[in-house]
Amino acid sequence: MDMIFNIKENILVAELFGELDHHAAGKVREDTDSAMETYGCRDLVFDFTRVTFMDSSGIGVILGRYRKLSAAGGRVAITGCSLTVRNILNMAGVFSLVDYFDTRDEAVNYLNRKEVS
Amino acid sequence: MEKILKVQMEAVLENQGLARAVAAAYASELDPTVEELTEIKTAVSEAFSNAAIHGYPGDMSGSVTMEIATIRPSTIMIKISDQGVGIEDIAQAMEPLFTTDTGDERSGMGFTVMESFTDKIKVDSRPGEGTTVTLIKKLDTYYDF
Repeated sequence: MDMIFNIKENILVAELFGELDHHAAGKVREDTDSAMETYGCRDLVFDFTRVTFMDSSGIGVILGRYRKLSAAGGRVAITGCSLTVRNILNMAGVFSLVDYFDTRDEAVNYLNRKEVS
Repeated sequence: MEKILKVQMEAVLENQGLARAVAAAYASELDPTVEELTEIKTAVSEAFSNAAIHGYPGDMSGSVTMEIATIRPSTIMIKISDQGVGIEDIAQAMEPLFTTDTGDERSGMGFTVMESFTDKIKVDSRPGEGTTVTLIKKLDTYYDF
C-alpha cells in the first residue's frame, strides 16, 4: 500500500492508496508514526478516498494512532471512507473516539479551528 | 455441492491478498453485487490472517487451505483451514474485541467482521490440531430467469 503525506500547519494528512490489510498495516503504522515525528505534527487526518479494500486491520491502525496522539494532546480525524469501510470501523466504535468528515478540507479546518480557539 | 475449488497457500501474510483475489474470482461467476463481493473478500481476509497469525504463532510455519463450493444456486461455502496450534476457547475467541495480542495493535474484531459479512460461520478447532472456519454466504440478488 502506498501513502502520500501532506503537512498543513500542525496537521499531517496521510492519504492511503490501495488495499489495507494485516500485511500492509505494519508499514502504514511505521510510516505514519515516523512522518508525525519527522515533521513535528500534532494532529493526524487519514484520507481513505483511494482505499480500495480494508479489513479489521484498519481498526488497529486508527485506534493505535489515536492512543499515541491523544496521550500527547493531539487528535485524529478520518475522511473519504466507503460504506463498507465505515461499517467495519463502526463495529469497533471507532467513530466515538475519532471524528469523521466528508472531505479532507473539512477535517483539516476542524482540527485547525479547535487549535485556534 | 458444485464447482469445488481447493487452494493451498503458505501461511504468510503476503498471501492474504491472493486468498481474497481467488475467493473473489470464484464468487464473480455467481453474479454478486459489488457490495457482496467486498463482503466476501473482507471475510476471507479476516479468516486467512487469523490462520496465518494465530494458527502459526512465532516462527511456526505451515499452510492454509481454502476450499470454495457452491452449495445452492446462489450460496457459496468457503472453508479456510490450518493445521496450527488450534483455539482453546472458541466462544471467547469469537467475542468482539477479544485478542490474545497486546502489543501489536490488533483489534480483536476479525470474527465479528466475518459474522457481519456472511450468513453463517462455524469454527471447528482443537488445541494442537488446527482450526477450520466455514463461512456461508447467500447472494440475495441472484435471479433465475
